[in-house]
Amino acid sequence: MEYDVVIVGGGPSGLTTAIKLKQLNSDLNVCILEKASEIGAHILSGNVFETRALNELFPNWKELNTPIKTKVTKEKFLFLGKTKSLSWPTWLLPSVQQNHKNYIISLANLCRWLAEQAESLGVEIFPGFPASEILYNEDGSVKGVATQDMGIDKEGNKKDSFEPGIELIGKVTVFAEGCRGHLGKQLIKKFDLDKGKDPQQYGIGFKEIWEIEEKNHEEGLVMHTAGWPLDNSTYGGSFIYHAEKKQIFLGYVIGLDYKNPYLSPFDEFQRFKTHPAIKKIIEGGKRISYGARALIEGGFQSLPKMFMPGALLVGCDAGTLNMPKIKGSHTAMKSGLIAAEAINEHIKDNKDLSNFEEKFKASWLFDELYKARNVKPSFSWGLILGIIFTGIDQILFRGNLPFTLKHKHADHETLKSAKEMPKIDYPKPDNILTFDKTSSVYLTGTNHADNQPVHLKLKDPNLPISYTLEAFDEPAQRYCPAGVYEVQRENNVNKFVINSQNCIHCKTCDIKEPSQNITWVTPEGGGGPKYGNM
Amino acid sequence: MKILVAVKRVIDYNVQIRVKEDNSGIVTDNVKMSTNPPDDNAIEEAVKIKEAGKASEVVAVSVGEEKAQETLRKALAVGADRGILVKVDGAIEPLAVSKILQKIVEKEKPDLVFMGKQAIDDDCNQTGQMLAALLNWPQATFASKIQVKEKSLEVTREIDEGLETIEVSVPAIVTCDLRLNEPRYASLPNIMKAKKKPVEQINASDLGVDTKPRIEQIKVEEPPKRKAGIKVASVEELVQKLKNEAKVI
Repeated sequence: MEYDVVIVGGGPSGLTTAIKLKQLNSDLNVCILEKASEIGAHILSGNVFETRALNELFPNWKELNTPIKTKVTKEKFLFLGKTKSLSWPTWLLPSVQQNHKNYIISLANLCRWLAEQAESLGVEIFPGFPASEILYNEDGSVKGVATQDMGIDKEGNKKDSFEPGIELIGKVTVFAEGCRGHLGKQLIKKFDLDKGKDPQQYGIGFKEIWEIEEKNHEEGLVMHTAGWPLDNSTYGGSFIYHAEKKQIFLGYVIGLDYKNPYLSPFDEFQRFKTHPAIKKIIEGGKRISYGARALIEGGFQSLPKMFMPGALLVGCDAGTLNMPKIKGSHTAMKSGLIAAEAINEHIKDNKDLSNFEEKFKASWLFDELYKARNVKPSFSWGLILGIIFTGIDQILFRGNLPFTLKHKHADHETLKSAKEMPKIDYPKPDNILTFDKTSSVYLTGTNHADNQPVHLKLKDPNLPISYTLEAFDEPAQRYCPAGVYEVQRENNVNKFVINSQNCIHCKTCDIKEPSQNITWVTPEGGGGPKYGNM
Repeated sequence: MKILVAVKRVIDYNVQIRVKEDNSGIVTDNVKMSTNPPDDNAIEEAVKIKEAGKASEVVAVSVGEEKAQETLRKALAVGADRGILVKVDGAIEPLAVSKILQKIVEKEKPDLVFMGKQAIDDDCNQTGQMLAALLNWPQATFASKIQVKEKSLEVTREIDEGLETIEVSVPAIVTCDLRLNEPRYASLPNIMKAKKKPVEQINASDLGVDTKPRIEQIKVEEPPKRKAGIKVASVEELVQKLKNEAKVI
């Protein structure tokens, strides 16, 4: 099937690109492929939303019935010690971390709303159809994508229900898969888009939604914490956003550049909830949702070139998240706005897609990412030095220091040998405040059709046992937030088991596996989590 | 032969159901909805019969709110020819659905009515049977195999004791079991085509059917949480506990 523009991914950047394209020229044929069973079902985000890009997309959005309702009314920042907490005055926070103009939203619901707008403008949205392969023209330019075959069994044979994938050809193809898109990753390599850039940096973000007691709920309150349970050398922190209907969005982000292979991000998050300052908020409440997703932390230094012949990368498929702001939705949407303008001029006036770069450099998005660039690398010196440096960089110099710090290592290179690092003894879940992975994954509604090929591919199937187990105590058992990977011992032989049906599509394994031995590919359409208002 | 297939929009079977805090019902906001799984089997079977040249038209009908259109579009994407949406707001019980379907049958004059054996949301397993009574048609419930004959159907039924094969004359109602077939995937080109297929919208009130609930729902509760298990040291201890604590033997 042929379109003017084929968009891969129905998140904030892809939907914004589609809507803007139709606003610029309603005659353009635009389609969006989405791997989830419906728009929003694979979206997971904090989310404190800055409306800057939305203001540009729909200047009248306040008159439309958007799911953006809860204005931020109060902010807190806590440093946590093991049992104590220290409140940091918000006026001493850099302006990028002040949220009083922002809203607490569910990004999944915003995407559902954006999808309605896109469809009413004539965009064709196909949920349940993952793009699994990039198609190229003879001259090497991107021609489009092919969707995944459906109805293939574990051994790769066609079942009776087999339905072949479809080729979608676009004058321009936009890749908007989000962080660590599996096609975006291939494009970055093929077109050398990250040449001269620092290695990309990632984090893993957890989120739970809790319904809490009325007396503990303060709609509009935004709270962040740093410190316990992480040590000084591990980058991370929490968020607690009081949304409407007595719900709070509670989450934790940990930089995937952590060094100790025994660290379990999931268990750090669970343990975090037992801190007295947190416990008192959620005590008596009920956890109703759980999810996790990798996110971009590299920022400006790691941002690849976003255009190539026939295609663009937008949002976090490239990596437009603003780390010190802990926000990527408005920047993803802005990259979509710029992409739509560049594509429209490309199709209408035959301007080269490199036009995107000029527009990007002239935009507030570039300015924002530039000023934010030194914060994350400074935390490689530890939490305390990082905070001191960030104060100088963000408050005194407003991001304009005359140098740029570098990201030195990719996240898969940072693990130290298991022998050198201390084991971590995590407390057992109490099933009231803290939970195990199995009951957590249950809340995500994750399912993959039975009898399909494993979508987590091992380059060397023996490596997990022959090398990674000995060297790093196979950290996949711990970094995976869904319990996909297990080392089972049977008759004194270790076996690496992949429970791919549990995969919640967070992509952490693809990022953190020390030998880059695991590749995440698309499973059969519609598989994965079914998040509600994440 | 013309086949009418009733499809229902329900909460997706993968979603963990959550009870509202005031016990007045279950949470449906922002929850993924899908076609009731055995209704997918009903559509699949009707489409297969049409593909075998034994039916001329497959009409999908759904009773529910505006968004049930999505369920009809899914049926159209896997091969139904057109759709009918009977719009009702709020809860609707099987009796009212059967009365609505009776009106649709009188209007459409199908030879067969297919539907899932029961819906996974209320688990009622009543609509097909009540519709058969209202129309005074034969019924074949829990069908796991259907053979179309000259003026009858040979239907294999999944019953407690095993399988039962019966023959029903046409016109007839068939309610479908999950074992009946493997529903096909909707392909992209067929989803596109389905967008252009006609869907007629009717208000339930225009059919003259009283859809008022006959059942008063008092409260909805989550099943009690299972207690953690214990380990016993010996068979004797197990027997003793089963006798004295669990009181099951």
